Amino acid sequence: MKNQDLYKYVLGVADNSLILGQRLGELCGHGPNLETDIALTNIALDLFGQTRSYYQYAAKLEGNGKTEDDVAMLRLERDYKNVLLVEQPNTHFGHVIARQYLFDVFHYQLMTALLNSNDETLAAIAAKSIKEVSYHKRFSGDWLKRLGDGTEESHEKMQEAIDHYWPYTDELFDMTESDVKMAAEGIGVDVSEFKESYYKEVSDLLEEATLEVPANPYFKKGGKEGIHSEHMGYILTELQYMQRTYPNMTW
Amino acid sequence: MKKEWPLWEVFVRSKNGLEHRHFGSLHAADAEMALENARDVYTRRSEGVSIWVVESKYITASNPEDNGELFEPAQDKVYRHPTFYDLPDEVKHM
Amino acid sequence: MSEKEIKNLEEIFEARIARDDKIEPKDWMPEKYRKTHIRQISQHAHSEVVGMLPEGNWITRAPSLRRKAALLAKVQDEGGHGLYLYSAAETLGISREEMYEQLHSGKAKYSSIFNYPSITWADIGAIGWLVDGAAIINQVALCGTSFGPYARAMVRICKEESFHQRQGYEIMLTLSRGTEEQKAMAQDALNRWWWPSLMMFGPRDEDSPHTAQSMKWKLKRKTNDELRQQFVDQTVPQADILGISVPDPDLKFNSETGHYEFGEINWDEFWQVVKGHGPCNKERMEARVGAWEGGAWVRDAAMAYAEKQEKRKVAKAS
Repeated sequence: MKNQDLYKYVLGVADNSLILGQRLGELCGHGPNLETDIALTNIALDLFGQTRSYYQYAAKLEGNGKTEDDVAMLRLERDYKNVLLVEQPNTHFGHVIARQYLFDVFHYQLMTALLNSNDETLAAIAAKSIKEVSYHKRFSGDWLKRLGDGTEESHEKMQEAIDHYWPYTDELFDMTESDVKMAAEGIGVDVSEFKESYYKEVSDLLEEATLEVPANPYFKKGGKEGIHSEHMGYILTELQYMQRTYPNMTW
Repeated sequence: MKKEWPLWEVFVRSKNGLEHRHFGSLHAADAEMALENARDVYTRRSEGVSIWVVESKYITASNPEDNGELFEPAQDKVYRHPTFYDLPDEVKHM
Repeated sequence: MSEKEIKNLEEIFEARIARDDKIEPKDWMPEKYRKTHIRQISQHAHSEVVGMLPEGNWITRAPSLRRKAALLAKVQDEGGHGLYLYSAAETLGISREEMYEQLHSGKAKYSSIFNYPSITWADIGAIGWLVDGAAIINQVALCGTSFGPYARAMVRICKEESFHQRQGYEIMLTLSRGTEEQKAMAQDALNRWWWPSLMMFGPRDEDSPHTAQSMKWKLKRKTNDELRQQFVDQTVPQADILGISVPDPDLKFNSETGHYEFGEINWDEFWQVVKGHGPCNKERMEARVGAWEGGAWVRDAAMAYAEKQEKRKVAKAS
């Protein structure tokens, strides 16, 4: 392959959308009411749409007749590069919203920066995605405020969810080897630069939602290097089920 | 039993130049949510470029029992329509 | 109102329906019309929402990203259709929560087809092809029904559903042109979904006591047996194109009538599932009740937040 680093870089961006989409897909038909169910599914559809663009590009980079589905569904767990945050389970609606918002703020920053990528394909995907992601952030942010500043019960649940997910946020700003190389070439983005503005934006919204910004300084990471949580195997079991059970078929 | 989300009516402009049209209703806790829900429920297939939402309770509707006095008196006012006036065919642009 | 006055209103009402006038929510209507419509529309809405479950079961396992997105969009549409229908029923003076309670307590029914399990990917194809195919036959007829909000919901639903059956048939077509395993998967799905699909049209006409009244109100445009026949006639040639066989040894084309003759439905099974003892009745209700009860704190929080915001707005203004 011509550009192994670019390939890895694309996967790093794409896998987050894929795995978060998988998690949201589990919720379809189980939302707290119909309107919210439909809204969450729209987010999942946006994410899957994005992943298809990325994986089509990745498949082209890899060559040898690979398809988007080969790239999406036929890798080993260690070759998925999504952050740990997005693979965490839908414990309750507060968790779904916390996970979503903490990812959306980052995702929006990433897409904004990728608009200026030297790589035309990535810039084009970012241009399309940024409108979707902007809406995701609005949706999850609004819900964060409702749950944080809603009832006593919802406040507690939302705080617990934020506390639970906080340790997963730092990983968003880690740079892998490929990330560093791609950023140097002006193709990728130096996400470590977002960190300060990310925590500022998130903290402001948490405050508006009457929630405490967690003080916990201990962070979890590994996803970007392919070292995932125990949940990941099960996500892949479902994602890959058909492709693994019936290899080399058309669907 | 807690209070459930109120009902909202949704009006969508399908493209600029057209009026907003009643599309249907939905439930939402507040106006912002009603707008977002309307976007997610009623414009999934690019049906709109602008949305209005109004809580259903704020709509005052005429009563079908009054239809006689409200609408029938207009029926015999044919002089409000252009076809009421006879003009010879050779008169153009009118 | 005196009995004579009511009788007079009823005559005017029936005459309006007979000349294809639409009935709108604030119009006078016989109590039975209101109740029947609440029952049928809410049942229809429940079917859409419960119907999300067997297909939703395959979203995470769809074999390709293209199929995954299409399936997700389809299941989402069903949620939307449930919403349109609940809204239509709400114009008759019942709340969505009341309808949910009726569903959750078992008082309200939904289409029995969704009490069958979706166990292979081909089932997703078969549901789209057969179940949506059967539903469309019913729904197209309902676009002209007498109650305005119901008719309008049906028009929107029919427009949106046109892709549902096609995506199901396309899945079946791909399988039937695939490997031996895929063909077997398609045949197996047809075997399991064929008879339940025929049951979707309800009991035989002679066992369907409400048919005459429903025809009069245009809640039905054709009888159960007529619709079932139409479904068989249009579906068997589609199975032929797929190269898979309909699991009915009595099925044969009658060239004189131009219709297919088909075997007897297992009515014991039909009633068993209707009465709540199908393969998945319990699981479907647990999922619905679970989502509703599990979401109560979320709905309450949103209301509490909205009230707080409203108060803040008022305080700011004064």
